[in-house]
Amino acid sequence: MSSSPLRPARRQLLQALAAAGIVASPFGRVFAADKITVGVIYVGPKDDYGYNQAQAQAAAALKKMPGVTVVEEEKVPETVDVQKTMASMIVEDGASLIFPTSFGYFDPHTIKMAEKYPKVRFAHCGGLWTAGKHPLNCGSYFGYIDECQYLNGVAAGHASKSRKLGFIAAKPIPQVLRNINAFTLGAQSVNPAITCQVVFTGDWALPVKEAEAANSMIDQGIDVITMHVDSPKVIVETCERRGIFVCGYHANQAALAPKGYLTGAEWNWLTPYTVHVKDAMAGRPLNNFLRGGLKEGFVKTSPYGAAVPEAGRKAADGIKAKMMKDQYVIFKGPIKDNTGKVAIAAGTEHKQQDVALEAMNYLVAGVIGKV
Amino acid sequence: MPDSAPGVVTAPAAGLTSPEPAPWSFERLRRPAESIVIPLAALLVAMVLFGLFMAAIGKNPMEVYGLIYKGAFSSTFAWQNTLQRAAPLLLTALCVALPAQAGLIVIGGEGALVLGGLAAAVAGHALAGAEPLVIQIAMALAGMVAGGTWIALAGALRHYRGVNETISSLLLAYIAIALFNHFVEGPLRDPASLNKPSTMPIGDAVMIGPMPGMDVHWGFAYGIVYCVLGWVLVRYTVQGFALRIVGGNVRAAKLAGLPVGRLILASCFLGGGAAGLAGMAEVAAVHGSANASLIAGYGYAGILVSFIARHNPIAIIPVAILLGGIAASGGLLQRRLDLPDATVLLLQGIAFMTILAAETLYGRMRLFQPKAA
Repeated sequence: MSSSPLRPARRQLLQALAAAGIVASPFGRVFAADKITVGVIYVGPKDDYGYNQAQAQAAAALKKMPGVTVVEEEKVPETVDVQKTMASMIVEDGASLIFPTSFGYFDPHTIKMAEKYPKVRFAHCGGLWTAGKHPLNCGSYFGYIDECQYLNGVAAGHASKSRKLGFIAAKPIPQVLRNINAFTLGAQSVNPAITCQVVFTGDWALPVKEAEAANSMIDQGIDVITMHVDSPKVIVETCERRGIFVCGYHANQAALAPKGYLTGAEWNWLTPYTVHVKDAMAGRPLNNFLRGGLKEGFVKTSPYGAAVPEAGRKAADGIKAKMMKDQYVIFKGPIKDNTGKVAIAAGTEHKQQDVALEAMNYLVAGVIGKV
Repeated sequence: MPDSAPGVVTAPAAGLTSPEPAPWSFERLRRPAESIVIPLAALLVAMVLFGLFMAAIGKNPMEVYGLIYKGAFSSTFAWQNTLQRAAPLLLTALCVALPAQAGLIVIGGEGALVLGGLAAAVAGHALAGAEPLVIQIAMALAGMVAGGTWIALAGALRHYRGVNETISSLLLAYIAIALFNHFVEGPLRDPASLNKPSTMPIGDAVMIGPMPGMDVHWGFAYGIVYCVLGWVLVRYTVQGFALRIVGGNVRAAKLAGLPVGRLILASCFLGGGAAGLAGMAEVAAVHGSANASLIAGYGYAGILVSFIARHNPIAIIPVAILLGGIAASGGLLQRRLDLPDATVLLLQGIAFMTILAAETLYGRMRLFQPKAA
């Protein structure tokens, strides 16, 4: 029973590979190839001004590399559908490198497909790959975007008059908490009295709730908002309409708020994409655990908007320069959480690569909200 | 009203005579043929309209049709892709079709699906260590009971309190999703699931896996069996007949002494149970635990399937496969022609509208009326 279920699919795969000329020689896959088909899968629309757009921008840049063909599919849910999408990119389009870009695609979907198609490379966005536990032909890439959220905080701290900031977030999971904390700490580096109100909407794309949250924050006197949701579009637009400042996330949203956009935390996925494509074309093994921050070019900040005061630009640029030299630690003790407990003891430093940060389950002092 | 049954509409307008060729030689085939030819013709019209739209945006309609065929039905791989995508739709469509027999329009299958999945995941983890088959059966039962109870609530509100079941089932679905999120992210969360909150995994040994010889999980078989059983129940049993009387005319059913309340609740329970079973299949065959990935809209897609199938449980099978095929080929359309994902939604929408519009043609074409009338 264990071999029969695979038979039709395997035959299909061989046909497709043969058609693509990949198995023309018996050593085809081992040696360098001058052509490659890359599949990119998005969970939402490619033009969402957010998470998916950031990935799609990198995919669009990949298309310009010689010998690279990119096939894309958007709005693929994190169900068995994504397994079928990956399989059909491999079988019908001859893709040999797949970028499943949504966090929920990894377990079980990407792992399952990596086991089923051992000759195809799967580079997943999220950072869950574990040596010894997961197949070698899949891996993960991710960026330390909390560095940019810290810089957002610095700019916000300088721009804010009310010293009240707002953060609209999807879910209280470690990745998100890390951004909220970094943003707050960045602002507090300007003025320790600054507070940050957080609202969790409950899901990644709830535009109505996000707009409501933004409006109620503005009504309370909050004058800079940032966010961690899939598409920041409505929040940025709401802030602009109500005349307050906003820091972007995922991609550059300056066009949506020409007056109030301070700066933003952006992904630069082209960096890891290029590493994976070059490795694949040169026949080098897949880099299973690929990460970086500002220094490595995995993330970047949006150009400053007109509303950022000169002092703010200088302060943020100074910290950014230190981050680029790996000399700045965001999560450095003593840090207390907002219930008064010690979160990071004095003398303890968690550098970006520290896995302790990946299990973050608290909000730092000054954040108004509950996990 | 002397005779208002559709069979005796006497003189259809001359212009309505169908373009179809010579009438059937077998008189008794006319009626069944009607319910096959009309939806197929509607689909054909939908394809033509869709093709015109494609042509209007500068794509070759023939190439689009070709890709739909290639992605959905042209090979073993395509067929498996199609059937896999049809699997949850079979069950969620039943969540609409079965209560529809009693005259209820239930659109809250999504809620039954997620709660069914949650109950199944809890049952699967609670019984860890038992025989896999025992656990799987317990999970299926837990999923069906949870989903069934949820839809039965909408049925009860309708029967005892006169609350419109369409609205209440939809609102109940929102409540179900909120409850689901609360439990998955709160009391039932596996502490190891950091960035994707999930319940405790049921374990690989308990997963139900693909059906032998193909890459389609067992949820598809569950769906087929449930559809067939549902069809037999509705068409060939006394209870099914009673149910259809309730659907046809509640007052007449009451006058005849039928247990209307029980029939409504039972049909809702069975329908919700189907959606709950779909949730169980998602957990046991795909995800291995309950998490937000279960909220994928299968419950809502099922409404479309059931309406196109005219709430006939056996007709759900081909319709679900057709929609599964359209979904399966959607990827190819995106990848080859650079069309947005909305293309597939557009095709589904056009098909839905033409098929609903074609509903009005039933009983109005002489071709399908037995001559004796």
